[in-house]
Amino acid sequence: MMTTGSPTRSTADRILGIETSCDETAAALVVRGTDVLSSVVSSQIELHQRFGGVVPEVASRAHVELLMPVVSQALVEAGVADNEVEAVAVTHGPGLVGALLVGLSAAKALSLVWGVPLVGMNHLEAHLYAAFLEEPDLEMPMVFLLVSGGHTMLIVMEDHLRYRVLGSTLDDAAGEAFDKVARYMNLGYPGGPVIDRLAVDGDPTAISFPRAMAHDGWDFSFSGVKTAVVNHVRKHPDVDVNDVAASFQEAVVDVLVDKARRAAREVGAKGLCLAGGVAANSRLREKLLDVCVADGYRAFLPSRAMCTDNAAMVAAAGWWRLQADGPSAMTIGAEPSLRLPSI
Amino acid sequence: MLLCRTRDVDQTRALAGAIAALVGVGDLLVLVGDLGAGKTHFTQGFARARGVAEPVTSPTFTLANRYVGDLVINHLDAYRVEELGEAEDLAIPELLEDGVTLIEWGDRILPALPGDRLEVKITLGDDDDERQILLSSMGRSWTSRSGALSAAVGPWLVA
Repeated sequence: MMTTGSPTRSTADRILGIETSCDETAAALVVRGTDVLSSVVSSQIELHQRFGGVVPEVASRAHVELLMPVVSQALVEAGVADNEVEAVAVTHGPGLVGALLVGLSAAKALSLVWGVPLVGMNHLEAHLYAAFLEEPDLEMPMVFLLVSGGHTMLIVMEDHLRYRVLGSTLDDAAGEAFDKVARYMNLGYPGGPVIDRLAVDGDPTAISFPRAMAHDGWDFSFSGVKTAVVNHVRKHPDVDVNDVAASFQEAVVDVLVDKARRAAREVGAKGLCLAGGVAANSRLREKLLDVCVADGYRAFLPSRAMCTDNAAMVAAAGWWRLQADGPSAMTIGAEPSLRLPSI
Repeated sequence: MLLCRTRDVDQTRALAGAIAALVGVGDLLVLVGDLGAGKTHFTQGFARARGVAEPVTSPTFTLANRYVGDLVINHLDAYRVEELGEAEDLAIPELLEDGVTLIEWGDRILPALPGDRLEVKITLGDDDDERQILLSSMGRSWTSRSGALSAAVGPWLVA
């Protein structure tokens, strides 16, 4: 068991994490915020066979059907019995209200039945804690670039549980722009991996797409580049798809990396860290690493499994929150628009 | 049906703001248009006109955003709704009781929507920034307001 960087007060170390804020149904067992005993995500297992088809993406009903099997599997894989779980941490926002309620209701029931604390977690905070699962000794302040299908945020983590949000998207999230461009060009879903793959054979300088707000403040805007791609493809139907993919990706990555780099400089960060599903993009990882090497910062690029939604990050962040704030009230509700607590 | 033309994003936002002045709790607007047509821009202008100060962002991922101006504005997105059955999860009847509701990509789930609605179809014009906006009043609640609607969007009406 790892103890580095942990507070001395510890009453509940073996935490079950539950995550149902969006498409993934996930459960995990994590000890003291760092030691992952198991991490089960519904899309990784063959549960859908039991339901005679592909699990619906959006419906909360899928979470209802999947959650208890996923929780059981997480406990079995961890080799932990019900009565050995010491707390239940669950995402209660932001996310889809119906989806959140499934996880939250289950977590409350388990907490009551087992007589252990309930910890309501912020999904965004959990994403940041994914980094600590692989690198418990990250030095702060650390600048996080949190990029996913639903969020694009630039965050300074001053210390454990202490954040400052520098900026976020004013319209589309970065991952959403990837998905929508891919869908417009009939490249398939999810758009991020497809564009990443096609871009390898394309010329990133072939088309000059706009870099919105690149040098202007900390907020992001990706609606314009999406529209620019649509306009370009409309006018040039025979354009090389690989070139569009590479040029579009370059435009998005340029803005993300430039802002993260400026932020790191400005706050005197010890390093730059990626979080969220788009953190799996190979060009983003490559460019972020390049600027970190050039500027002498530490770059931390979590593994793909830890970038996308999972419950290990919820359990990890839950351990820190439980230490600091104690258990959540049983009356805690789903909060679809929950924001990252900012200092 | 009313056909309007806007020269740029700012005009699309202004037109949306003019329409926003006509709505109340229970109203539904269905926003139809391809990627990049400006559905979110429309909603931004609409929400701003009703006193929403915070940024109005795309609801594609979260499916539903809620803003409080001088009335509640529910901003929904059916882009990721794959089956009609999933439209139930948007809880539209409950939202309508609460404020005015705008649904992007609402044409994907028309059979699940109430008959009283304003359909706003945005298409790309010849110029990159130009948009054609076709307004269709459906049901009594909107047809009874057609005079006010046509006056509100007068500056952008195509003769």
